[in-house]
Amino acid sequence: MRIKEHPILELAEKPPIPFYFNGKLLYGIEGDTIASALHANGIKKLSESIHLKRPRGFYCAIGNCASCNMVVDGEPNVRTCITPLKEGMRVENQQGKGRIHAK
Amino acid sequence: MQNKEAIVIGGGPAGLTAALELLKAGASVCLIDRNERLGGQLTKQTHMFFGSEKQYASHRGIDILEILTNSLGKYGNKLEILTETTVVGMYRDKVLSCVSGDKFFKLQGEKIIFATGASEKALPFENNDLPGVYAAGAVQTLMNEYGIKPGEKVLMVGSGNIGLIVSYQLMQAGVEVVALVEAADRIGGYLVHASKIKRLGVDILTNTSVKRAIGKDSVEAAEIWELDEQWQGIEGSERTLEVDTICVAVGLAPLTELLQQMGVNVKYVNELGGNVPILDEQYQTSVEGVYACGDLANIEEASSAMVEGRIVGINAARSLGRSVENADFRIKALRHELKDLRGGPPGDKVRKGLKKLGVAT
Repeated sequence: MRIKEHPILELAEKPPIPFYFNGKLLYGIEGDTIASALHANGIKKLSESIHLKRPRGFYCAIGNCASCNMVVDGEPNVRTCITPLKEGMRVENQQGKGRIHAK
Repeated sequence: MQNKEAIVIGGGPAGLTAALELLKAGASVCLIDRNERLGGQLTKQTHMFFGSEKQYASHRGIDILEILTNSLGKYGNKLEILTETTVVGMYRDKVLSCVSGDKFFKLQGEKIIFATGASEKALPFENNDLPGVYAAGAVQTLMNEYGIKPGEKVLMVGSGNIGLIVSYQLMQAGVEVVALVEAADRIGGYLVHASKIKRLGVDILTNTSVKRAIGKDSVEAAEIWELDEQWQGIEGSERTLEVDTICVAVGLAPLTELLQQMGVNVKYVNELGGNVPILDEQYQTSVEGVYACGDLANIEEASSAMVEGRIVGINAARSLGRSVENADFRIKALRHELKDLRGGPPGDKVRKGLKKLGVAT
């Protein structure tokens, strides 16, 4: 779902960044946030509503609404829409409010 | 705790110009933004601005950002920029607590300028929480910052400038805009934007809204219906559109949470987007030395936000005892620019809102 041609934006080819989503190896590109890399891979469901377990995607994409919170490298409630993607990140769908693990 | 002369919270159009004016007057500035990059919403605005040359008209938002950040670069160590830093607490004695990564620290500022902007509103309809229902600005971010299409077929909800501009930008990215619905009986934004997308064959349906989103794990279709004069849905007028994305462009709400934490007086003004700080002539809040500008003060275009930022920057610099060349003349000229930007029918709403707030326009 990456844009191939655009009249204004310069879309230079960028190096790939490997990461894991629910244990599966995927690739984003340099400059991606976690949420943008997932979206480019066709993944829209990022979290679940706390009580009814309804699927949730991002909503605001500027770090405001908490709809895109996921577990990243064991840390819950990471705002994936503003967190830059890094090589080897382990990204998981968050269930409920998330658990804070002792580091 | 570190003490700062002036702290600007939010590096969007208003915060950037406020910081620039303070620096120009010789003050030291600490500019805080929660994002990786400065610019706020300018980072995704690929369209050309209106207004006059003074507000960089006929430049694209992304180019204006470059002009502003280049100017900031001239001030070297007078300017401290803290990106990926979120202000999480705000106290009456102008102490703020910040989080950056796993670091927590406190700052105190002699003058604090709030330019935290706004967040997009949601719209109540069945299944409005399904993935694929996105705020229009989010879609803009995804396309223009990350080069990713939100989907293949989009229903746009709302015909304000954001709805119109993002519809055009969706088409530039090769996405089909199936329809644009507007609950009111007329188009909300500038007609020049509306004409552009109409010419490209997009149906703009007034007196129409979205009834529900359809889909299991993400949006597969949208049901729209016509509204009567009381904005109630008309049974039997439903139509199903095959779309994978519903883009919600129904306005913005100022991000006043931090200001409210420190006890600043706010007032609910519907025309200005919700709770807005009550400001004096200097754009100062009810707490001395704390200023607000941009979308946080009233929802408008980035052009007005940049003008307000300049006014606040000059006022704050003066109250710090810095001398600003031709200050009175410049403030007068900037106020005149604002008046021009708010003129005509598109400015009706903001003028009405500011009047309710007791601000002369």
